[in-house]
Amino acid sequence: MELFLGVCTGILFGFLLQKGQVLRFEKQVGFLRLKDMTIIKFMLSAVLVGMVGIYLFKDLGIISLKIKATHIGAQTLGGLLFGIGWAIFGYCPGTAIGALGEGRWHVLWGVVGMLAGAAAYAEAYPFLKTTVLSWGSYGKITFAELLHVNHWLIITVFAFIITGLFWLFEKKRI
Amino acid sequence: MNAMFSKAVWSPYVAGALVGILAAIAVVVSTNVLPKPKYLGTSTTFVRIAGLIEKQFAAEHVAGNEYFKAKKVKIDWQMMLVAGIFLGALLSSLIGKTFNTEKVPSMWAEFYGKNRLVRAGAAFIGGFIALFGVRLAGGCPSGHGLSGTMQLAVSGLIAMVFFLAGGILTAGIVYKRRK
Repeated sequence: MELFLGVCTGILFGFLLQKGQVLRFEKQVGFLRLKDMTIIKFMLSAVLVGMVGIYLFKDLGIISLKIKATHIGAQTLGGLLFGIGWAIFGYCPGTAIGALGEGRWHVLWGVVGMLAGAAAYAEAYPFLKTTVLSWGSYGKITFAELLHVNHWLIITVFAFIITGLFWLFEKKRI
Repeated sequence: MNAMFSKAVWSPYVAGALVGILAAIAVVVSTNVLPKPKYLGTSTTFVRIAGLIEKQFAAEHVAGNEYFKAKKVKIDWQMMLVAGIFLGALLSSLIGKTFNTEKVPSMWAEFYGKNRLVRAGAAFIGGFIALFGVRLAGGCPSGHGLSGTMQLAVSGLIAMVFFLAGGILTAGIVYKRRK
């Protein structure tokens, strides 16, 4: 059942990524060159709708959150490293697999690189755990908890920022 | 309805909003059917597949590695999600007639030419750095960017800001127009 649910969710996710043109190298790198905001429109739309849905279901007691712990050192350094690789490769892990699905076979080399990177990380983990991963750890926190305010206030602020960005993108036609 | 599915391209706002609905519903369904809720994410799957491959050559090494032990080298919900992304993109591109076996991305060729080997090498190196970084950060643009920020996680937004900072700075150097 777990595997069946996973593949069904993935098919819908892949379908929507492809229809939204998020899998194209030109859209990914076009965004990083600040010429085409397609992928960020897609992502922020998902966040806008998703955060309302998730917190609605959470307040109804139907679901629980699964927050990743904040490690400032790891998220800044790892984030920058990912960004460097993303710009050169032109895809993130999920979109790379989707791009293979729409026929971009050159992505295969990047996928092999990602597997090698994953294996290297597993080897480096014991060292990283005692260094970078231990710098600035704050546990599993949300902005609502950090600022001691109601989560719907944060959602409202995020929603204003996101719609403001959408307005800007459309005005600048990017 | 049929016409909508066969359309080559949907507005990124519409497709993205539908992903938001999918993400929330996936959590509700997995909470009810599985022992643990499942949020969208992809990058740990690369660790598990690397572990499964390495196991063929060095089973003991994989069994003793702390990271592989923590992530559990097995086929799970997320690995099937990643397989599904491939199938969903294939299906969508066939229906929309946008399936295209391209050799080198056109924007890449504008800067570095059509040599397939050059592109393959860059993709390998870029993929390597990206996956190493993303595991250090603890998640990718799906796990941190989508699922993290949706839950208002501090970790998600920090990671996303640095993904973009690293990406935009690097793209500015790598894809710089020569006069």
